Amino acid sequence: MNLTLRIWRQKSSREQGSLVTYEAADVSPDMSFLEMLDVVNERLIGRGEEPIAFDHDCREGICGMCSLYINGAAHGGHRATTTCQLHMRHFKDGETITIEPWRSRAFPVVKDLVVDRGAFDRIIHAGGFVSSNAGGAPDGNAIPVPRDDAEKAMDAAACIGCGACVASCPNGSAMLFVAAKVSHLAHLPQGYPERAQRVLGMVRQMDEEGFGNCTNHYECEAVCPKEISVSHIAKMNREFIRASLLEA
Amino acid sequence: MKLESNIPSGPIETKWDNRRNGMRLVNPANKRRYRIIVVGSGLAGGSAAATLGELGYRVDCFCFQDSPRRAHSIAAQGGINAAKNYQNDGDSVYRLFYDTMKGGDFRSREANVYRLAQLSAGIIDQCVAMGVPFAREYGGQLANRSFGGAQVSRTFYARGQTGQQLLLGVYAELSRQIAVKTVTMHPRTEMQELVVVDGHAKGIVTRDLVTGAIETHAADAVILATGGYAPVFYLSTNAMGNNVTAIYRAHRKGALFANPCFTQIHPTCIPVSGDHQSKLTLMSESLRNDGRIWVPKKQGDKRDPRQIPEGDRDYYLERIYPAYGNLAARDVSSRAAKRMCDEGRGVGSGGLGVYLDFSDSIKRLGLNVIRERYGNLFDMYERITGENAYETPMRIYPAAHYVMGGLWVDYDLMSNIPGLFVLGEANFSDHGANRLGASALMQGLADGYFVIPYTVGNYLAGQKYGAVAASRPEFKQAEEEARERIRQLLSIGGKRSVASFHRELGKVVWDHCGMERRREGLAKALEIIPSIRDEFWENVRVPGGDRELNPELEKAGRVADFLELAELICHDALTREESCGCHLRAEYQTEEGEAKRNDKEFAFVSAWEYKGPGQKPVLHKEPLEFETVHLAERSYK
Repeated sequence: MNLTLRIWRQKSSREQGSLVTYEAADVSPDMSFLEMLDVVNERLIGRGEEPIAFDHDCREGICGMCSLYINGAAHGGHRATTTCQLHMRHFKDGETITIEPWRSRAFPVVKDLVVDRGAFDRIIHAGGFVSSNAGGAPDGNAIPVPRDDAEKAMDAAACIGCGACVASCPNGSAMLFVAAKVSHLAHLPQGYPERAQRVLGMVRQMDEEGFGNCTNHYECEAVCPKEISVSHIAKMNREFIRASLLEA
Repeated sequence: MKLESNIPSGPIETKWDNRRNGMRLVNPANKRRYRIIVVGSGLAGGSAAATLGELGYRVDCFCFQDSPRRAHSIAAQGGINAAKNYQNDGDSVYRLFYDTMKGGDFRSREANVYRLAQLSAGIIDQCVAMGVPFAREYGGQLANRSFGGAQVSRTFYARGQTGQQLLLGVYAELSRQIAVKTVTMHPRTEMQELVVVDGHAKGIVTRDLVTGAIETHAADAVILATGGYAPVFYLSTNAMGNNVTAIYRAHRKGALFANPCFTQIHPTCIPVSGDHQSKLTLMSESLRNDGRIWVPKKQGDKRDPRQIPEGDRDYYLERIYPAYGNLAARDVSSRAAKRMCDEGRGVGSGGLGVYLDFSDSIKRLGLNVIRERYGNLFDMYERITGENAYETPMRIYPAAHYVMGGLWVDYDLMSNIPGLFVLGEANFSDHGANRLGASALMQGLADGYFVIPYTVGNYLAGQKYGAVAASRPEFKQAEEEARERIRQLLSIGGKRSVASFHRELGKVVWDHCGMERRREGLAKALEIIPSIRDEFWENVRVPGGDRELNPELEKAGRVADFLELAELICHDALTREESCGCHLRAEYQTEEGEAKRNDKEFAFVSAWEYKGPGQKPVLHKEPLEFETVHLAERSYK
């Protein structure tokens, strides 16, 4: 198939970017989206032009590194699919595809389609852990965890930190990302001792990084490649109110 | 050169205790004066950095991804083994030890493997404490599954995402140490050179992948935990960024490379769909419990598989290995698939695939049972291939998956360069010639949580802190080497892309040093590889500059190292004139096509010394002594 690509090119965070049009001929429907970009890049290199920079690593939907906004949808908008798992058979011959980086004030563009998601790391630094040094842990079965709680914790813990939730939210909110970690640890007894500091610290850091607030659009849930439910945001809000009252 | 494995004396059960009790310690007040570099942030590197930070050392941790949370440990699916015996089914430290030794076909170091089994239980406790959501029974106890042929249930898991959950646990601990500033994290930073001063590893040279800045870092010890190098085959189940660069640059500075040819090929991966293919996706081996593997009897039979009648199908595993059928061992079934395709009976567009057919199981058990058991795998298969495997057979083919080889280390996980430690998949120590399922996660965490905190302290206690500053000429020299290499890569201005060389190299290594190795093939590969390397250095085109984010430059540096490593792998495979585990030399096999070991002549670790570009490496042998296990011929009947 033959495609027209409109791709965001930006030399660095200090320079202005723009959409540049490329023709992608002879694309196989069996290619993954990133393999299609690999082919485009090889042709650019062959012509002496600079290839398009994009983030990727595992190419099996789990590392969370890939991050493209394709035709106005994070990861291309297919259910439970990251960009690296999206295949060209979902596109039509002759189609024009617009490819942009994640759009968020808190995720500055590094180059072309690569953004800086360091804000997510800093939110985790602010409390997304259980303080337990190696060496002093009791036997794994010493604290029973009800199966349902373990399953709910796992539902939330499946987050891959890709940032699609932020990119698709009209407010640029990181609530789903933050809620996934808060909810994961709030469902487990191990998370209880630091429950209050965790949610307060993470939410404050989220605000400081410049993410917007949640106004219940649920776009995040719709594009989340791990299908994390917005109900975790409700859980986080309850945790936050509880912690705020305790603090006051 | 004499290789000192430093295995403690005494009975195997007390070796690790004896070693620990005899180790020197660093005073708590002095720990903060010591600086430790950790390269890699996966299960081994991340847990080492976090734990050393907890102890009070000053740690600098480096990774090439944008966050330590993305290391490739994240992709491990199945689980993590531990000798907890929660199931009361007869498991013990000894059994886990023995299974691992046997799985490695008796080519690993007994004392290291025993310690791994001893430490396994504590790993689960630590991971539970940090909030890893392991699967639970209704009573709240931890659940186990059986795995990879073991006769006990000792595998702990978190759905099909065990690696992800363990890595995110380690990442959380690392984050806590970053927050309290014991660990300084350097994401999007790649190691370029190791700095050796007076024979000791005392620092590294790095490149900031965003700004291109070349920087030197001095430290009191250096830990490499940079994972595996399976992408030397170009196509593998590994992440695109996985590479050999850190350990290979250390190898060039004198660190010995052990058993480089021991690479594991996984039998059930989704086949290549065309030249554009960039990576291969692993499908859980459990599919073979209910799927039947076949190819058409006739060569080049292009009919829709559903139209091929029973009489025209060859269920070759059931035919050749009637006792094991579709559950034949990993390496055996991988090689059988290759032979079918070599005969021209492979299926799919490239002819490199075999059918894994569920239609009989669906008839026998019903669609719902199959959907319950494998639904997520069928979904993944459909996402990638666009085919519905409930209606038409899956196509599978083996792919490179894990490397048992790596830098040589002693019992303390220290390489032959004092002060250079190597952890996880990057070292060679625990899996011999073949790794058992659910053991990679176990090894990474054992090394990082429970071995390195002791052994690095023992080394540092004998070193004055901050003794070597980055102003030493060795740093300047290493920095210049790194700069020169980058200059060279950018200045060639040839005609071919980095990827085209990588593909060409990968095909040679896969064809001649993949599932089956022959003397003639290896000799041929050893002729071809240097010519690809020579052309690379004359004709590669690396666009862009060095003072910016330049993914092509990153790839070029890694591929340049693969071009040297590939030759080392072939030398190793050629020298080892026996078959063991994943290393099958066609000349040495049983009538059933199984690996035929030669314990008399080859019960040793091959440790290769670098002798300069294009020079033949020198082999050193560490004899493997077996005090506890009896060297058994593996019986396949």
